[in-house]
Amino acid sequence: MARKGKVKIARPDWCKVCGICIEVCPVEVLELGNTRIQVAHLENCIGCENCELSCPDFVLKVVEDDE
Amino acid sequence: MDVNIDKYLRQDKMPHIWCPGCGHGTVLGSFVRAFDQSGLDQEKTVVISGIGCSGRASGYLNFDTLHVTHGRALTFATGVKMANPELNVIVMTGDGDGAAIGGNHLIHSSRRNIDITVVLFNNNIYGMTGGQFSPMTPTGDTATTSPYGNIDQNFDLCELAKSSGATFVGRGASYQPRKMIKLIKEGLLHKGFAFIETLTQCPVNYGKRNMIGGARDMLKWQDEHLVPDKKYEKMDPEEREGLISTGVLYQVSKEEYTDKYQQVINNVMAGESNE
Repeated sequence: MARKGKVKIARPDWCKVCGICIEVCPVEVLELGNTRIQVAHLENCIGCENCELSCPDFVLKVVEDDE
Repeated sequence: MDVNIDKYLRQDKMPHIWCPGCGHGTVLGSFVRAFDQSGLDQEKTVVISGIGCSGRASGYLNFDTLHVTHGRALTFATGVKMANPELNVIVMTGDGDGAAIGGNHLIHSSRRNIDITVVLFNNNIYGMTGGQFSPMTPTGDTATTSPYGNIDQNFDLCELAKSSGATFVGRGASYQPRKMIKLIKEGLLHKGFAFIETLTQCPVNYGKRNMIGGARDMLKWQDEHLVPDKKYEKMDPEEREGLISTGVLYQVSKEEYTDKYQQVINNVMAGESNE
């Protein structure tokens, strides 16, 4: 399990704003925007990958900091 | 997890058309990650699906795929496996496709213990056609065809598959993608009939109609009602009321169907050459 990375909105156009990622995030990194999800508090991200694995639309990805 | 899921998805078909908050995408994602971990050859894998929301899964997957008639995914899969036993054959089906119109094929494929992995998307409703009750809609729940509450009993599909002869039976849920990935991976690597029921939320046609709420509320519902099988086994019957066990529920090793069929061929051919 990667612990170094941070969440990134890899495929913003695929987001359907269902909010599942917000439900599974343990540290409140994400926020609902009008048309897609937004990263509101990236500094909180612990790279747990809950959002990446739960997102039904493959929008989010946890990547290494330098990517 | 560091899995490049792009190579398993048909990019020209994405984004998929499942509703916002539908759990089917989570199951699809868990499947491709499980497949990546299993080490199976993508080129030697066939994914077959029937009709319904779940039936769309094969269209999004970058494998050799078949999208077939309603309820008959397992029959086509049996044909593919019999014709070429070297292939990994995977069936994506739903509770309507797999348990209602295709229920007969489910029990008979289980009975034969043919080496097919079934991922059944159970969203407790016919979602695509407007929310009619399915064999997996719990008693008392509301659907468009049961406005006063469903009077039917629902199946326990895992028990059904087990008693019909499936040699690997498990249940996962969209709230627990890590566990689901592990479960599907084990199912893929199991030699014999592997039946995996995945609980997915249908916020549009089931959740809102039954006062559970939207996708996030339905995931909370899963969180409150899912129990690992080892814990479930130790509980009293009263404690189990309303709870659902998850994980590998049953696994045994038995002779597989295409192996037995090959044995028949070998015996007959040997007999002919002796004459």
